[in-house]
Amino acid sequence: MIFIKQKVKKALLAGIVTLLSFTSIKAQDGKQLFQGNCQSCHAINKQLTGPALAGLETRGPWTDRKNLYKWIHNPAAFIPTTPYTKELQAQFGGQIMPAFPQLAEGDIDAIVDYINKTAAADAAPKTDTTGAGGAAAADSGGQSAVVFGIISLVLALVALILLQVNSNLKKLSDDKEGILRPDPVPFYRNKIYISLLALVLFVVGGYFVSKGAINMGRQKGYAPDQPIFYSHKVHAGVNQINCLYCHGSAWESKHAAIPSVNICMNCHKAINTYEKGPKLYDQAGNEINGTQEIQKLYKYAGFTAGQAWDPAKATPIEWVKIHNLPDHVYFNHAQHVNAGKVACQTCHGNIQEMDVVEQKADLSMGWCINCHRESKVNFNNRSDSTGNKFYSIYEKFHNDLKSGKMDSVTVKDIGGTQCMKCHY
Amino acid sequence: MENKYWQSFAELNDNENFQKQNKDEFREELPFGDIDDKGLLDSKTPRRDFLKYLGFSTAAASLAACKQPVRKAVPYVNRPEEIVPGVASYYATTFTTDGEVLPIVAKVRDARPIKIEGNTVCSYTLGGTSPRAQASVLDLYDTYRLTHPRRKQGDKYQEIPSFDQLDKQVTEALAGLGGRPVVLLTHTIASPSTQQVISEFLAKYPGSRHVQYDAVSYSGMLLANEASFGRRVLPTFEFDKADVIVSLGADFLGTWVSPVENARKYSFGRKINEQNPTMSKHYQFESYMSMTGASADERFTHRPSETGAVALALLQAVGGAVSAPAIADAKLKAGIAKVAADLRKHNGRALVVCGSNDPNVQQVVNAINAAVGAVGTTLNFAQPNLTKAGVDKDLVDLVAQMNAGQVGALLIAGANPAYEYFDTKAFASALQKVKFSVSFNEKADETTELTTYQVPMHHYLESWGDFEPKTGYFAFQQPTIAPLFKTRPFQTSLLKWAGNGTDYDTYFRQFWISRLGGLPALDKALQDGVLEGGTAARSLAGIAAAAVSDSTVAARVVTSVGGASFNGAGVGAAAAAIAATKAGKDELVIYQNIAMASGKQSGNPWLLEVPDPITKATWDNYAMISTAKADELGIKYKTSDYEYYPDKPVIKISVAGKEVSLPALVIPGMNANTIAVAVGYGRNAGFGKASEGVGKNVFPFARFNGTTVDYSNNVTVAAETFGTEKVAQTQIHQSYEGRTEVVKETTLATFVANPTMFSSFREELAKDYAPKSGDYRKEATLYGDHVQPGPKWGMSIDMNSCIGCQACVVACHTENNVPVVGKSEVLRYHDMHWLRIDRYFVSDENNPDDVKAVVFQPMMCQHCDNAPCENVCPVAATMHNEEGINQMAYNRCIGTRYCANNCPYKVRRFNWADYTGADSFKDNQDQKLVGELDPVVFQMNDELTRMVLNPDVTVRSRGVMEKCSFCVQRTQAGKLKAKLENRQLKGDEIQSACAQACPTGAIVFGNVNDETSTVAQLRENNNGRLFYVIEQIHTLPNVSYLAKIRNTEEIVQVKRETAGGEHQGQGETPGANADQKAEKAGHEAH
Repeated sequence: MIFIKQKVKKALLAGIVTLLSFTSIKAQDGKQLFQGNCQSCHAINKQLTGPALAGLETRGPWTDRKNLYKWIHNPAAFIPTTPYTKELQAQFGGQIMPAFPQLAEGDIDAIVDYINKTAAADAAPKTDTTGAGGAAAADSGGQSAVVFGIISLVLALVALILLQVNSNLKKLSDDKEGILRPDPVPFYRNKIYISLLALVLFVVGGYFVSKGAINMGRQKGYAPDQPIFYSHKVHAGVNQINCLYCHGSAWESKHAAIPSVNICMNCHKAINTYEKGPKLYDQAGNEINGTQEIQKLYKYAGFTAGQAWDPAKATPIEWVKIHNLPDHVYFNHAQHVNAGKVACQTCHGNIQEMDVVEQKADLSMGWCINCHRESKVNFNNRSDSTGNKFYSIYEKFHNDLKSGKMDSVTVKDIGGTQCMKCHY
Repeated sequence: MENKYWQSFAELNDNENFQKQNKDEFREELPFGDIDDKGLLDSKTPRRDFLKYLGFSTAAASLAACKQPVRKAVPYVNRPEEIVPGVASYYATTFTTDGEVLPIVAKVRDARPIKIEGNTVCSYTLGGTSPRAQASVLDLYDTYRLTHPRRKQGDKYQEIPSFDQLDKQVTEALAGLGGRPVVLLTHTIASPSTQQVISEFLAKYPGSRHVQYDAVSYSGMLLANEASFGRRVLPTFEFDKADVIVSLGADFLGTWVSPVENARKYSFGRKINEQNPTMSKHYQFESYMSMTGASADERFTHRPSETGAVALALLQAVGGAVSAPAIADAKLKAGIAKVAADLRKHNGRALVVCGSNDPNVQQVVNAINAAVGAVGTTLNFAQPNLTKAGVDKDLVDLVAQMNAGQVGALLIAGANPAYEYFDTKAFASALQKVKFSVSFNEKADETTELTTYQVPMHHYLESWGDFEPKTGYFAFQQPTIAPLFKTRPFQTSLLKWAGNGTDYDTYFRQFWISRLGGLPALDKALQDGVLEGGTAARSLAGIAAAAVSDSTVAARVVTSVGGASFNGAGVGAAAAAIAATKAGKDELVIYQNIAMASGKQSGNPWLLEVPDPITKATWDNYAMISTAKADELGIKYKTSDYEYYPDKPVIKISVAGKEVSLPALVIPGMNANTIAVAVGYGRNAGFGKASEGVGKNVFPFARFNGTTVDYSNNVTVAAETFGTEKVAQTQIHQSYEGRTEVVKETTLATFVANPTMFSSFREELAKDYAPKSGDYRKEATLYGDHVQPGPKWGMSIDMNSCIGCQACVVACHTENNVPVVGKSEVLRYHDMHWLRIDRYFVSDENNPDDVKAVVFQPMMCQHCDNAPCENVCPVAATMHNEEGINQMAYNRCIGTRYCANNCPYKVRRFNWADYTGADSFKDNQDQKLVGELDPVVFQMNDELTRMVLNPDVTVRSRGVMEKCSFCVQRTQAGKLKAKLENRQLKGDEIQSACAQACPTGAIVFGNVNDETSTVAQLRENNNGRLFYVIEQIHTLPNVSYLAKIRNTEEIVQVKRETAGGEHQGQGETPGANADQKAEKAGHEAH
């Protein structure tokens, strides 16, 4: 009975979720579909390889949605049917849009919805949403430490004065009672004070020295200036470009590799101005002209807008490497990103919010090991054959999982904290 | 009769001193000797200085760390689609040197080749390699390569700025020869397209001709085959189809004809199936102790001049109608009779090969092969070997012509007669008489130094090319890297000079596209690297499985291949010529050793540092002499001092106005009056710093007999007071301190009679130390066992298949960035090889010179599951992991060397100096405390040379311990590959570098936890031969060995005193007694 109840519950829940999402999913879907299929040739407000798409429903045959379906499913066949499309073909030098028969009518509706919505939003007056509010809160933590410091100092001073008063009173009472005592040693020659001071200095000094020594060669917070002011915020954040589009080798190689110039030029052959994005500021607070930065790229690439790009004319860009590991550490991006399904942000911080990339993690061994201790591997489950089949040979863990001895397999369990997993 | 296993004469004769001198793991005393009564302040290393250094180094380290260098990341501007930074690609190509054609696969990492592997598609090598092929990648990055074309001006060479100018100058010169011929001199060209290029070139210059010769000549065999079979070719030798193999002085496993192919085929017959133990029988008649002789089941020695007599006697004994000269040596005589009987018994399954370069001897050998049914079965003339075609007489005639001024221009491509010719001086002076000469070469070798023009060639890894090593079998070369220097293939030069505008790259493509019928076919051929004409290919799986099942028997089925019929007309005359051979008092044999071969790669530091399989000497050539000769010359080789100190007495060898002084090494199993010296040494300065001043060139001691060059000669030997010379031998660097059970070896007859002879030892161990459970692994220790929930790596080494060729040693060097240390450091026992091949002589106790067998034992970290090294490390830098690997964390190591001290196998290596330039402080490389390093170390650290380093393996700095890691970078990469492909790991999927390089499948690596893996199968199915080295100390190694079996009828006595718990099996090393008692006491205390 309980069993049936659960099932009903599940079904109900699923139903509600789909209902709820159905309405909102459309425009979101449209965005994805647009990015996946159209974006490489079309922009909404700008002509690229293909025409700008804003206000598309007001033009030519597209006032009838059915014509649009036909066009997208087979442009070549549609062209001769209307003078508008013929002219369009002539305008774009005879180039014909590829057919997208895989897009259902619903998909096309979603794309058009997205285009309309975005076009409307772009037309609306812009409001500056970026504020300088966040900075004040950050300092509060530091202030309390200062307060505590001052209080302890005052207390220490009071204690010292009381000690002095105490010894003076004692001396007075001794004088009164006629007990002869040697002259008191001044506190700066008092061996107890000196040794106490030495001890305190040793502990404090030792703490800072060892802390400094441990941090030798670590570069947490390292955010050097780069030859081009490249903003991850604009690319990965605002424009939602997948990290792997540029850093594709992170999927298959040990290196994430900085993209080659031709990858930049895939998009920037068309995108030659920086207009609508948020204003860019460098670390000193100076405003950066995005269009000028794109021009810097063109200089490296040997590209003149409006002409075909010849990669042979390009010169390499010398980026400053931020995340450096010592030579005796072997780190493989494919292992983490692909096999381990670790998000880029886990190690690199919220890169999609950084105008200037900064090293967020200290990349220390302790930091690595902690993650290896906690992270679960994508252990394969024999009953429903999910997870990575590589782990099917770990017989012992399968048994332990079954008998409940283990509830999950961590990286540590498969040897992820052993020396020769990273040092060889 | 009981056998002794020994490594040196001192161990056998002067054991007490020997053990005493070698008891220390590290040879140096710590530099504390100067601390004496004078007090610390006055001593050489006073305390204040120590504190000063300490303070300085702390400050320096902190300062160095304060300022982080700005590192740049420079991406491609236009990344080629096929290159993913950090992911290696593999290109099939072909290694070729001295006519040896070996299909290989080059591992290219970020556009630079860094490792050579065998090409498993090739049906006759099945992925086998040689040390020379493994090391060849280093030649690419040789700093001594010729970098641009040059022209001789007076005594000096001047750079020619472009090839166009060179072409202009040369074509003008060639046009103005006044009718005198142009001669192109090369080694054998086995490339079809190059042959066509040459004929095009020759057509342009009427009267010109092409002369071929080989550095080490096979003319004798070629001429004999022409006489006997009507074809001037070498056959393919089908060692796998022979049950009886007789070699008359041919080093066919090391350097002879096609060594990797030979070794691969030979290994089929050496695998043993325990259910039905059979193996091929290998007899060796030779004058010195060769690597091939070391693998033989029975060996007989004779003078070099007697080779013909032995062949004749053998022919007579197998029924040939010839009269043979009498053989004086009784043992040799009996041997011939025995071998003949065996050959007759195995008619059609026998093969006789001969290393002599005398056509008469080879004709007699052909007659023997015909008599024992080898022709058409084991001697394959249907697919003849085309890699040797040089005839010595042609070169002799050419030199005469040059002297007579009849040669207008001499173009030399890749050949080096000024070094290899038997009369180097004559060639050099003849070359002076040729007005115009060009040498196409990679380096400024002895010949290139003399020519008018030097035209640099590509390294083979930069070249396009094709070869036809056998009729119908093709191998291809494709570039794996863009040319590093201003070089070009000599074929392009010939084409240009013949007025053909195309370069060789285009020519090659057009040639093959038209031959194969299209670009896709060529692309396929280039991808495979080989193209083979429809022969039944063997599968690689068969080799490792050979010891598992009986499948090799099927592979070894003899089918008649035809291809030639024997004509014995010339044998009578040959016999008469042989009978006229005169013996000298002392005779010299000139041989090629496994590393240098004919010397084409002499400048290669990896090859120079590889120990010779027999003498274990590095960085030198030397005279191998017999014990009898040593006695005669008064060399006290039996003392421990002779072994312990590297200074070896120098002897002088002279013949007809030529003489050479070389250090002498006393080797057992030599013919009493034979002295053997390797060629390939004694190079000029142009060959590089590494080889300069290393050894002497003995090619001039070869003798021209009127038709061919003999690589033996009658000489006089003197050992007056020439002093001594240091020879860097590695054989006693690692001492087992008299421990027994290191090697296990027996005869086939003994093993058949007593199949449990080795396994019973293991059973007794279990009985004694694990009386309760019988589980020796768990019960016989106080320590807990390690758990391996996933894969567990293991290795199995079949000592029966190991031929000692050192391919694994060089492969390990390459794969793991093992540093080269140079001769001076090897002399101080500082050699860094992670993998060594120990050599043991087996002989009767009382007659050490009568070597019954030589056992090769590859020895590397045994990855003990109960490792003595792990327990003693004070900083936990060496630990065990969950995959059975004994880990070594270099950056944690502080260099106490306790681990090396405690390692019973002596496989750990300490970085005494900064050999790799990895140290942060530059001055550490030249530290006076550790001594000046050899120039070769600095050559290895050149920016160019460092391109060969494997980027996945740490380059170790000074002061850390290192050792075999079971190629952990490969196991890690293999596991990742399986994860990325979402699949199970296959048991044999990951191969260590040594296992992959092995041409005989002796080393097998894999996941032991996977029952289907070959290594697990080998352990499962070879219980009788399986053993672990020094098993009784309960180290639980992850490397298992299969005992060596010699195919003889001798029954070896097994000394077995089980009473009192003393275990003595087969492999008793001398001097065991004292330590054995100690060990026994240890066991009891346990």
